[in-house]
Amino acid sequence: MLESYLRTRLKEKEILLMTHIVLGYPTFEDSFKIIEAMVEAGVDIMELQIPFSEPIADGPVILHANQKSLAGGATVQKCLDFAQEVAQAFDISFLFMSYYNILFKYGVDRFASETAKRGLQGAIVPDLPPEEGQTYLRAMQEHNLAPIFIFSPTTPDDRMEYLASFGRGFIYCVARKGVTGADTTFSEQLDSYLARCRKATDLPLALGFGVKEKRDIDFLKGKVDIAVIGSQTIRLVEKEGVGVVGSFIKKLR
Amino acid sequence: MIDRGYYGEFGGAFLPEILVATFDELVEEFQKAKNDPSFWEEYTEIMSTYSCRPTPLTFAENLTKHFGGARIYIKREDLNHTGAHKANNVMGQGLLVKRMGKTRVIAETGAGQHGGATATMAAKFGFKCTIYMGEVDVERQRPNVFWMERLGAEVIPVREGTRILKDAINEAFRDWVTNMDNTHYVLGTACGPHPFPEMVSYFQSIIGTEARKQILDREGRLPTRVYACVGGGSNAMGIFSGFFDDPVELVGVEAAGRGLNSGQHATRLSSKDASIGVAQGYKTYFLQDQDGQMKETHSVAAGLDYVGVSPILSNLRESGRVRFEAATDREVVDALSLTIKKEGLIPALESAHAFVQVFKEAPTLSKDDIILINQSGRGDKDIFTVADAFADPGWQEFIKKKAEGYRHA
Repeated sequence: MLESYLRTRLKEKEILLMTHIVLGYPTFEDSFKIIEAMVEAGVDIMELQIPFSEPIADGPVILHANQKSLAGGATVQKCLDFAQEVAQAFDISFLFMSYYNILFKYGVDRFASETAKRGLQGAIVPDLPPEEGQTYLRAMQEHNLAPIFIFSPTTPDDRMEYLASFGRGFIYCVARKGVTGADTTFSEQLDSYLARCRKATDLPLALGFGVKEKRDIDFLKGKVDIAVIGSQTIRLVEKEGVGVVGSFIKKLR
Repeated sequence: MIDRGYYGEFGGAFLPEILVATFDELVEEFQKAKNDPSFWEEYTEIMSTYSCRPTPLTFAENLTKHFGGARIYIKREDLNHTGAHKANNVMGQGLLVKRMGKTRVIAETGAGQHGGATATMAAKFGFKCTIYMGEVDVERQRPNVFWMERLGAEVIPVREGTRILKDAINEAFRDWVTNMDNTHYVLGTACGPHPFPEMVSYFQSIIGTEARKQILDREGRLPTRVYACVGGGSNAMGIFSGFFDDPVELVGVEAAGRGLNSGQHATRLSSKDASIGVAQGYKTYFLQDQDGQMKETHSVAAGLDYVGVSPILSNLRESGRVRFEAATDREVVDALSLTIKKEGLIPALESAHAFVQVFKEAPTLSKDDIILINQSGRGDKDIFTVADAFADPGWQEFIKKKAEGYRHA
């Protein structure tokens, strides 16, 4: 489902854009406005992060957004309701992103069933390797949802193939070591890593971590199918407010 | 991934993909070391020359008389170098780091004891060292920060989240995912993703092995009950592991803080406020809300102020092999005071939790019964916290004058 959506869009665009927001940050109202602006600016797919108190793979920018959203009263229920609203309002694909404890406490089956019922296409759970995710994988399959798995530069070739065998929709390739939000050097070094990723799977490839300007996206054209903008839009919202998101995205492609 | 490290339904390795290869390497090196008899020899050699192993077993004659029940023995982990059982784990992991050829270590610390121990190990072995410590803990344990910095460690105050131990662990992981090529994360307790619970318990098992032999030498029989305080659970795992196969009751004592009904405590295994969850890379009981967001914790003892607990202890609770109790801040200060006066021993506030439960139960046992307490650390080095816990007026006056002196410095 997700994969065919992406392939259809790829017929018209050289590279797709995926963006990331933390639900309820700065407020749910703002989250809605940001999504509206992003869709209008041509974003193809969005990660909606359900905030968690211990986001271990996220750097300071997304970490703070998680904390502020929770302090502002965000709950899992509010996030699900909000996601349903945007999935109905906008004609792009949405994914949930969160840490495993959120799914575990909610009930993994129930989470998958709600994700599907509310019109989302899949989920990214960065602290859930397939070895720990048997229940999750079954539930996602049952509801025709895409579990997105992650490649990293430290992942050996055979493990890439192993991960790809569980992945649906696309594979999320992390550009470098470290957490979200730090700088990445877009150089030829990245090319050999992306070649390894390409060899390991036929699924579309997304690349994220440190993508923040047009130059980065130009570099990625022809090498991956999706460029992921994460921390940079949150940084922008913090500095200049929700209003500048649309023009920022439009300038990227 | 090689081995998942499950204890019943607890444990596992819930890792971001970027760390999987690092953990695979660690699991492999740890297994190799465990299977190499010369490794444990090297370990006990260094612990007997650099620290004070075997640590003594002290008969608490006056406390025994005072309560008129079981004979009370105290295992003296406070006599380790740096003043706590933390040295056992740190030196063991230090030897592993040498085997892996890494050159930098990072660690989280709550009370500052694990950070201090890691800083000494790094100084001795010539590793670069960075310690992550919650800002709240930096404030309440300044003397330990002073020593870590003198030892050459960089101490980074963590201003995220609740600014205590769990947040320091998160920051250490964030460092590790960037620098794993040359860096080992010396996790301080029997928590976290596999192989940490197993590995930390392995190094700490030296406590239980010694204690079992010492009590048999001294009394010719096993203790009736063994008590240890439980934060992450490493000192408890250490002493309990000597008695798992014996008919000995094992009692873990958690921090009840301002009381189990106050919502301000760190009691995971003996209160209804905790439930099973997955965070910081492993599955165990966490103090969390319905959505799975971690709650704030409180204890007078920074080393017990942690939101999760060893998955091995969670499993031992489910099986009923270990009984769990909790002691309030107030009870802890009273027990500390009594121990100081009666025995001339100064347990850390953490260790004093175990003493609280012993003092409740010793009078109910017979004079033929033997009780063993693990005094996991010493309290005199935490003078700022202990003096505050006693609200000592002379101390406060001294600090005021001292501060006055610095004003003109």
